[in-house]
Amino acid sequence: MSRVRVLVGTRKGAFILESDGKREKWDVSGPHFAGWELYHLKGSPADPNRIYASQTSGWFGQIIQRSDDGGKTWHQPGTPAGQAPEPGPPKAVSNKFVYDASGESGKPLTTHQWYDGTQHPWEFKRVWHLEPSLTDPNTVYAGVEDAAIFRSTDGGENWKELSGLRGHDTGPKWQPGAGGMCLHTIILDPSNPQRIVIAISAAGAFRSDDAGKSWKPINKGLYSKYIPNPTAEVGHCVHHIAMNPKRPGVLFMQKHWDVMRSDDAGDSWREISGNLPTDFGFVIDVHSHEPETIYVIPIKSDGEHFVPEGKLRVYRSRTGGNEWEALTKGLPQKDCYVNVLRDAMAVDTLDKCGIYFGTSGGQVYASADAGDSWNAIVRDLPAVLSIEVQTLA
Amino acid sequence: MIRVELPQHLRTLAHVGREVTLDVEGPVTQRSVLDALEAQYPMLRGTIRDHDTLKRRAFLRFFACEQDLSHEAPDAPLPEAVASGKEVFLIIGAIAGG
Repeated sequence: MSRVRVLVGTRKGAFILESDGKREKWDVSGPHFAGWELYHLKGSPADPNRIYASQTSGWFGQIIQRSDDGGKTWHQPGTPAGQAPEPGPPKAVSNKFVYDASGESGKPLTTHQWYDGTQHPWEFKRVWHLEPSLTDPNTVYAGVEDAAIFRSTDGGENWKELSGLRGHDTGPKWQPGAGGMCLHTIILDPSNPQRIVIAISAAGAFRSDDAGKSWKPINKGLYSKYIPNPTAEVGHCVHHIAMNPKRPGVLFMQKHWDVMRSDDAGDSWREISGNLPTDFGFVIDVHSHEPETIYVIPIKSDGEHFVPEGKLRVYRSRTGGNEWEALTKGLPQKDCYVNVLRDAMAVDTLDKCGIYFGTSGGQVYASADAGDSWNAIVRDLPAVLSIEVQTLA
Repeated sequence: MIRVELPQHLRTLAHVGREVTLDVEGPVTQRSVLDALEAQYPMLRGTIRDHDTLKRRAFLRFFACEQDLSHEAPDAPLPEAVASGKEVFLIIGAIAGG
């Protein structure tokens, strides 16, 4: 029977929730890395026992953790699990993210726009998102703050920047959002290994069609009234992008304001906010088996990061956008003021499709019937930063 | 033998207790102590000093002999009591965040 493993990153550690395919009873393990911020954990599609985790701290910086046994044990890549390190130079530097200044890109950038409009040097702060390769467990991409994309091909032991992104002509116009200038979304196209889509707050979406060597902005159709030119090539605060792997040319975006859709892999976008009560939000995801069924969780506004009217409602569209229905069964509909962050929603691939999200209040909600009804798997974790789901055979 | 006390989260990372001991060749300075610490416990690289610049991370402090040595030059000699192992070299997570 199939099983489901939910990987939860929180402000104070990681938790792993496991259930059989019924998704009724859950085992909760953790906290792993107690006391640290776990921005993201994600399993390799090529080897579900291989999980990467981004462990960060304002005090101690960035740590990369890896599990090769489905989350039971962890180690820093290059430091074998359970073994005392040998004296001498480290065999690997799994937490070393150094921006490429070699000139490989032809024009490596050293500054981006700061909050006050001045130019500011790129400074590494943390890894927001880890995206394992679809085919090779040892290859994994990292989206970092300040915005850049790195790749490891040795299981996370060493990282190299794909500097063509940061070397793009528009780099000096990128600027941090309230959460920092983060590269938070990495989508690998299963039908085209050369194609990668990423998103940055607040620069926008970019696409590479040559496996990360060169990049172009894909923000045509976005309208952001908080930047001087609302239709500028870059500067848009994209919060998240989702794709159904069976239809990789169709992308769905939750922008700072506006829910958007592209039918041409990001070349152009159109708004699909329709009848949503507010189109501000962070998460967006797509049903595993119905590529026109999408989910968002509207948040009241950019000044009030909680759900509107004290009601936690997931909105589902079965028409690819514009027509939305509120899903409320099992969710609090009174005095609820939580937020749901951009990487904190995921879907499984069971039939019926399971939907999962985590809140700033520490609840992880799951629906085993595509959103019709919801239950809290756990209610009192630290604030949830990210949710990923593995469907296991 | 140099004695170094680590904050809790770094003890967990390095799989050690509160205090570790190090052999340091030559002058005993912040740099030589941290070089020896990172050589013995490679998983701590980047957590106390920046990988590239080797500057102390902003929210960490170095104390010894009831003195704050955080702003001393990396190559300045540490107190004799630290060099002799009589006193411990403390790496402290600064109080921050409320």
